[in-house]
Amino acid sequence: MKPLVLTMRTTPDERLDMSPLVPHRLSGKTAAEIRKLGLQTGRRPIAVGDIFQVSGGDPSHIRIEGATNRLDQIGQELAGGEIVVEGDVGNQAGRSMQGGGLVINGNAGHWTASGMRGGRIEVAGSAADRLGGPLAGETVGMRGGVVVVRGNVGERAADRLRRGTIIVEGRAGAHAGSRMIAGTLVLRRRAGPLPGYLMRRGTIVLGEGCDELSPTFLDSGAYDLVIIRLLSEFIKQHTAAGFSVLRSPLRRLAGDMAVLGKGEIFVPAE
Amino acid sequence: MRELIVRGIHIDDTFAEAFTMRATAVVITADNARWARQAAVSMTGFATSVIGCGCEAGIDTELPPQRTPDRRPGARVLLFAVSTSELQKQLQNRVGQCVLTTVGSACYAGLEGEEALKLGSALRFFGDGWQISKRFAGKRYWRVPVMDGEFVCEATTGLTKAAVGGGNLLIMGRSTETTQAAAQAAVEAISAVPDVITPFPGGIVRSGSKVGSKYKASASTNEAYCPTLRGAVNSALNSEVASVLEIVIDGLTPDAVAAAMRAGLAAVLRLGPRRGAVRISAGNYGGKLGPHHFRLKDLLP
Repeated sequence: MKPLVLTMRTTPDERLDMSPLVPHRLSGKTAAEIRKLGLQTGRRPIAVGDIFQVSGGDPSHIRIEGATNRLDQIGQELAGGEIVVEGDVGNQAGRSMQGGGLVINGNAGHWTASGMRGGRIEVAGSAADRLGGPLAGETVGMRGGVVVVRGNVGERAADRLRRGTIIVEGRAGAHAGSRMIAGTLVLRRRAGPLPGYLMRRGTIVLGEGCDELSPTFLDSGAYDLVIIRLLSEFIKQHTAAGFSVLRSPLRRLAGDMAVLGKGEIFVPAE
Repeated sequence: MRELIVRGIHIDDTFAEAFTMRATAVVITADNARWARQAAVSMTGFATSVIGCGCEAGIDTELPPQRTPDRRPGARVLLFAVSTSELQKQLQNRVGQCVLTTVGSACYAGLEGEEALKLGSALRFFGDGWQISKRFAGKRYWRVPVMDGEFVCEATTGLTKAAVGGGNLLIMGRSTETTQAAAQAAVEAISAVPDVITPFPGGIVRSGSKVGSKYKASASTNEAYCPTLRGAVNSALNSEVASVLEIVIDGLTPDAVAAAMRAGLAAVLRLGPRRGAVRISAGNYGGKLGPHHFRLKDLLP
């Protein structure tokens, strides 16, 4: 069946909350009904039809065309189906997502995949700060699912990650994997300073090392571990980019000893 | 009993009577095929019969690297038992003592079943707090630090309650040499059939038993098939037969057991009566105990 297509007609004046436009909240609605749905923005009430041209189709597959970084919370609580976005998106894309797929063919803002529990998010461009991280007042970040970022990520990627896997084909900013509780963060390129800052458990792989390593990470030696082979097989399903680092012996750094110290950072052995 | 003769070999018009069992499977990998095989052989040792060993186990097949989760050489092991709790106990003890201890080994689920048995989630405690859980693609793996690195073990494996134990062939020949040759040919053919094992040493059992004993034992020698007792007892053997060997087959499904018996029969028939067996039969208990009946004449090639 044809997807439901939302084509942006005019850029909203203020930030726009896109959370109502997810498959489970649109199922059974006609294009006319969807046009009349209200969206949260500034003080002025606004309807979907004011911003988007809606062409009917199966709302379990939504296509958003001409998107800009003013569109926040795209795919919030997505539980099934798929959303494909052509263009950039704002903050909190895929927030609290539970299943299904979200594809962003552009750049993503802050807190992408925040609180995500399941499903798959793919960002063709880059993602800004706190990828998968918790919002203020929350104790836990992403806790399931897979996030793939083809470009770079900002600071504190995988902040307070609890479970799930984040794969970044580009570079990461400072404090990648900060305060990680568990889960896996794999970076193909170099990370900024102090990756794994205050991580308790979990795994970080740095394909090209980092700018500065905290002295609270201690060398455990270089190994060819079976779990890295399993990780490599898993990553192959999600990215065509060669993570050649996963095929060579990796140096294991245990930490962060400033806290629990049961986490690990893998870096190339040489 | 009516007899059928195929390629000069008598086929008894009878059936193998088999029982429903609980079964599971694991995939063992190691740095090379030799050590994967070693772990599998150790784990399936002393597992010929549920009566004395708690479970019946064997190697289903060796696996090339491209067919294992970690892309290392491996082997798939099947375990059969009469109850879920006994199967769980045997699995845990055998993987814990024989696979965890093998150099460079890892252990994964070998069966997807409606229910799960604990694998790594029971063995992780060996890590004494240093064990690490990782989840990829909906599967949980435990990493247990050991002296040569890490033992990686999937948290659970599948259980089937529809497995079949006790498929069998009775192979009779004019001498021990020809009977052994026929039985070995059958075992070799069966080893290529997926989802089945032949749990006895080399796949062959020479001490077929009957239920009951004049002593306080649940099973005893099946004197009707002992050639040295011919004349002294109500023997099932005619003067031509000097040796009887049995092949017991356990499979994950009735179809797998039937396929194995078919392959075994074909191999024995191919060998012919001069170099192999002169008669083939099967063991049953009159048909009232086991739900699965495999008629020999239905399985002829």
